[in-house]
Amino acid sequence: MTTLDTVQVLLYLGLLIACTPWLGGYMARVFTGERAGLTGWLAPVERCIYRLAGCDPQVEMRWTTYAGALLAFNLFGLLALLGLQLLQGVLPLNPQHLPGVPFGLALNTAISFTTNTNWQAYSGEATLSYLTQMLGLTVQNFVSAATGIAVLLALTRGLTRRSGTTLGNFWADLVRATLYILLPLSSGLALVLVAQGVVQTLAPYIMVHTVEGGQQLIPLGPAASQVAIKQLGTNGGGFFGVNSAHPFENPTPLTNFLEMFAILLIPAALTYTYGRMVGSRRQGWAIFAAMLILFLSGFAVALTAETGHTGNMEGKETRFGIVNSVLWATATTAASNGSVNAMHDSLSPGAGLVALGNMLLGEVVFGGVGAGLYGMLMFMLLTVFMAGLMVGRTPEYLGKKVEAREVTLAMVAVLAPCATVLVFAALAVLTPAGLASISNPGPHGLSQVLYAFASTANNNGSAFAGLNANTGFYNYLGGIAMLIGRFAAIVPALAIAGSMAGKKTAPPSPGTFPTDGALFVVLLIGVVLLVGALTFLPVLTLGPVLEHLLLQQGRVF
Amino acid sequence: MKDTILPALRLLAALTVLTGAVYPLLITAVARAVFPRQAAGSLVQNEGSSVGSELLAQKFGSPRYFQPRPSAADFATVPSGASNLGPTSAVLRTTAQDRAAAVRAACGLAGDTPVPGDLLCASGSGLDPHISPESARLQLDRVARTRGLTPEHRARLESLVTALTEPPQFGVLGEPRVNVLCLNLALDRL
Repeated sequence: MTTLDTVQVLLYLGLLIACTPWLGGYMARVFTGERAGLTGWLAPVERCIYRLAGCDPQVEMRWTTYAGALLAFNLFGLLALLGLQLLQGVLPLNPQHLPGVPFGLALNTAISFTTNTNWQAYSGEATLSYLTQMLGLTVQNFVSAATGIAVLLALTRGLTRRSGTTLGNFWADLVRATLYILLPLSSGLALVLVAQGVVQTLAPYIMVHTVEGGQQLIPLGPAASQVAIKQLGTNGGGFFGVNSAHPFENPTPLTNFLEMFAILLIPAALTYTYGRMVGSRRQGWAIFAAMLILFLSGFAVALTAETGHTGNMEGKETRFGIVNSVLWATATTAASNGSVNAMHDSLSPGAGLVALGNMLLGEVVFGGVGAGLYGMLMFMLLTVFMAGLMVGRTPEYLGKKVEAREVTLAMVAVLAPCATVLVFAALAVLTPAGLASISNPGPHGLSQVLYAFASTANNNGSAFAGLNANTGFYNYLGGIAMLIGRFAAIVPALAIAGSMAGKKTAPPSPGTFPTDGALFVVLLIGVVLLVGALTFLPVLTLGPVLEHLLLQQGRVF
Repeated sequence: MKDTILPALRLLAALTVLTGAVYPLLITAVARAVFPRQAAGSLVQNEGSSVGSELLAQKFGSPRYFQPRPSAADFATVPSGASNLGPTSAVLRTTAQDRAAAVRAACGLAGDTPVPGDLLCASGSGLDPHISPESARLQLDRVARTRGLTPEHRARLESLVTALTEPPQFGVLGEPRVNVLCLNLALDRL
């Protein structure tokens, strides 16, 4: 790394650490109903939304009601997005006269954006009308992120409320997250992006005559408004096919820095929000520390691998160079964002391994907006459980007993995506339909398949994009993987919240295992790595590890 | 059940209007008022008509011009694309060797002259508008020779390349680079 590279990385980390208490504190005030910067201004809009929707934000919900509301809202969102894609050919704001999206692809895309995955088996500029991008995708970019935050809030209330039975109100959590957090941040970011050159217009594509006399069709669209929320909401679905490698989506080093910063901003800040809401900032910082250590370890490995690799500009953009591409690749897979500024398929085996590994750990290294933290809380319950086993005491977290029911549910949430990745990837390499999509022969082909299901089952959305994903096999199987990854984690998390809410809080005793110290951080990291390693080391050995060894010997396929 | 379904539907409608219509249209309106050129694709005018976007690479085949980075989709824009070839791809390796040979032949360089990586590797977007300053300097002789530039003009071309080399943004962010379309347009006006 040159000095300038180091400065950029330090700037990135410094800003992230500085903004965590600032934004985290603001979010805590918003969600606990205190007055915060924008709540005065936007409160009339909030009341208006409740009136239009006919829902009462004061009604407290039990976990089953909360889960029911969440599932209903997401199901309707999925159906609306599906319908919009199928019918876009006859709907307005379609200047390129693009036809309706075929059913399999439309279903995959609808699931993808509702589950905050944003896996893309299509290229936006060639497939989707402006109306579909705005009224369909942009909306789900917001509400899927807000859904993740809502689940986290419900779980937090379950862990902290003293002998209650309810978890808050889903409608209120959803609206507040959207209105007070996602919308203001996105509006600000979108305008900076436009100033730097990200397109934002409803005008049709322009045909120009190039300097040498050829023709070039310049694709346009309302991109900046969507790019801002796709970064902030850990969505990651590009307006254009090549995502944030596209100069219209990410034109300058400044936009690159801000978009990359937006990936981790909210997931990181939520750790502080969590600390505030459980009444101990140290709890939040302990989680932040565990995430940061895992993040930096991944980045160091990826950067070493990538800089030592010849041909490392393949799939990368000149204005970003190696370091910014590797930092983005690490951040986008650590958080379940999935946007890319360089093509992951062309990364060196080591850097590709880190990208894969970040997803396979369950998207808990900062992770998705809300989703990363409630995922990490599952691992934390497992950690206190294991620590309890070691010393022979009943495990407890935040003064509440963790019992068989909670540990079982946490195991379901942790293992469901793991099992999905392995079973579906095995299906793909055993069937002609699965194998036909592989574009790179040799061990890299296995990595492509593994990456596809690691990405979908953990709701990341990035791809080894050489794999032809727009086939019946990958559209439907990937769709199922995304649904399992999302809702097999959300429902158990809410169920845990429900059962914890009913438990009494005991004051800490000398035998209590503290969950805000260095020992806990180390143990938590150990548990996360252990679960990931035990599940995936064999298949990773056959994919990226083998590829690395063969590359060292100069073998190509 | 009814307590859930109706509010879910109506809330979806309300949030769709807010985040899917009001928000993007508001951003579009502000963008058009404050940053009209950027919002519309940063088009570059030459002799009264648009010749492309400053942000998108376009094909330059003639040796009279500086050439952009290789594009796996041959500079297609709808959609654009990358090679997505992995590090152990034999195709990728031979393609890079062929490109190196082609650059050396076109620029009249010895067989062992190193060629900058950005000219050997296809970009991520397929539309990377920039090349590295090294790649611009490497092509300078070829362009000057093909155009039959006088030593005086050649010197002006050299200072043009230097002038159009963008440093890292704010001195810190990103990599130094040269915009190929801007350079070639300036070249034609030399």
